[in-house]
Amino acid sequence: MNSSFDIPSTAPAAETLDATVRRSYATLLGYLASRAGGDLAAAEDALSEALLSAVQQWPVQGIPDKPEAWLLAVARRRLTDEQRRHAVRERFSDAMQHALESAEQLAVSGDEFPDERLKLLFVCAHPAIDESMRTPLMLQTVLGLDAQAIASAFLVAPAAMAQRLVRAKAKIKAAAIPFEVPERWRWDERFSFVLDAIYAAFTRGWQSSPEDQTGRDMAREAIRLGDVTAKLVPDEPEALGLLALMLHCHARRSARMDASGRYVPLDEQDPTAWDHPMTDHAESLLQTAGGMGSPGRFQIEAAIQSAHAQRRVTGRVEWPVVAALYQLLMTFTPALGARIGHAIATAHAFGPEQGWALLESLPKERLADHQPYWAARAHLLAQIGRTKEAKEAFERAIGLCDDPAVRAYLWERKNTI
Amino acid sequence: MEYMLIFTETQADFAKRNDPAEAPAYWGAWSAYCKALAESGIMVSGAGLQPPDTATTVRIREGKRTLHDGPYAEAKEMLGGFFVINVPDLDAALEWAARSPSSSYGSTEVRPVLPPPPNE
Repeated sequence: MNSSFDIPSTAPAAETLDATVRRSYATLLGYLASRAGGDLAAAEDALSEALLSAVQQWPVQGIPDKPEAWLLAVARRRLTDEQRRHAVRERFSDAMQHALESAEQLAVSGDEFPDERLKLLFVCAHPAIDESMRTPLMLQTVLGLDAQAIASAFLVAPAAMAQRLVRAKAKIKAAAIPFEVPERWRWDERFSFVLDAIYAAFTRGWQSSPEDQTGRDMAREAIRLGDVTAKLVPDEPEALGLLALMLHCHARRSARMDASGRYVPLDEQDPTAWDHPMTDHAESLLQTAGGMGSPGRFQIEAAIQSAHAQRRVTGRVEWPVVAALYQLLMTFTPALGARIGHAIATAHAFGPEQGWALLESLPKERLADHQPYWAARAHLLAQIGRTKEAKEAFERAIGLCDDPAVRAYLWERKNTI
Repeated sequence: MEYMLIFTETQADFAKRNDPAEAPAYWGAWSAYCKALAESGIMVSGAGLQPPDTATTVRIREGKRTLHDGPYAEAKEMLGGFFVINVPDLDAALEWAARSPSSSYGSTEVRPVLPPPPNE
């Protein structure tokens, strides 16, 4: 669908199109889809065709005054034609037709037409959509990423990913998942699904090696989504918390590798290599969120990252604070990562034996393939002098690792116990 | 569901096997990967292979038999080994493929194994 516009790189028309797509894709799609009876796939097709027409016509006819309005008009015509073709089995109501025309009017007249991106986010992260598909759907519909890029980031066969996306969209239509912002009484839960899906995109990108282009793009796109969301719902502290969390991590991206390409863990990173303006921005977002007096999972995770970021000022990490934050985090999420983080922070703050005891209390059946667990286990065993077991754990962590830089780092650690 | 993970490596990777500076990390990574597969209980069968220059290829065409030294085709990446694993679905197989050392320098192909023929 929206993957393969062959955009000539130099023409101003191409630049305008590119800018328009980046700025308005989700807004246009949200508007079209919510007025096309929730038929996301049809809206996407119509918008792709409009973009294709733009690629062909703008360089010849010149750039229209209102590029969005132009795209909306073409997409609307396409959608109308399509709906008429299927008029026998699905009636295309006059009301829908009017809605689309009035959208076009608004776009032409220059008045802002309503921003439907938030509704689009809620549709993508709807509980009726399989949890594993919420993020891919969001990346495709809100950011316009193609199935191939999403498949690579999620380690899913591209054909299967394309098919699952089609199926998810069919479900939205068939189950009539409403294009609306949820009511107050179920807002918190539904909004947390939106944030979870955005964070899943970020962690996918973040877990990849810093050299991995797909991963870096994915992390950046997730931040863009987080930024859009925080701006659409400025009074939601968790949206700010999530954005702060992602920015804190992203600010350290280039410090995760030294000059010779070797992986550097957070505690050993050179703080001067962090992106300080980005860290400052994260800190101020977190402060604003904190002022709203409603803590949540993402604010706490951001606070943990903020505690690490303090090292650039004080030269040290307050591990007891980090351990306490993890303890608090565990009351919000049952995730293994939080419990492993708690064990590691406790080891730093109160000695490796205490950290080890916490790690030992984790449910064994969930850990066989969990790479971070084996890495944490290896480090703690090494610290309490159980060398043989530490080496075995390092080996398991190496075997489960899919990042060559981290693998090399663990290999070195294993050999220097 | 059974999948074969097919590991391909470049000439330079094969050379690491006997390079005193590179061999320990090369074999260490493979041995760790094999152990992780084994301990997860999904390994069905498999083997590592000696380098492609040890291969001999047989072809019979129109009754004429030809043998040549070397693999069936010269390529940038060549077969270095394979495992058959038993996992619930392709997603799980791909996750294991990504963990293979060969994915970081050569490549790893994942193919579903043909089911056994129906009983006669």
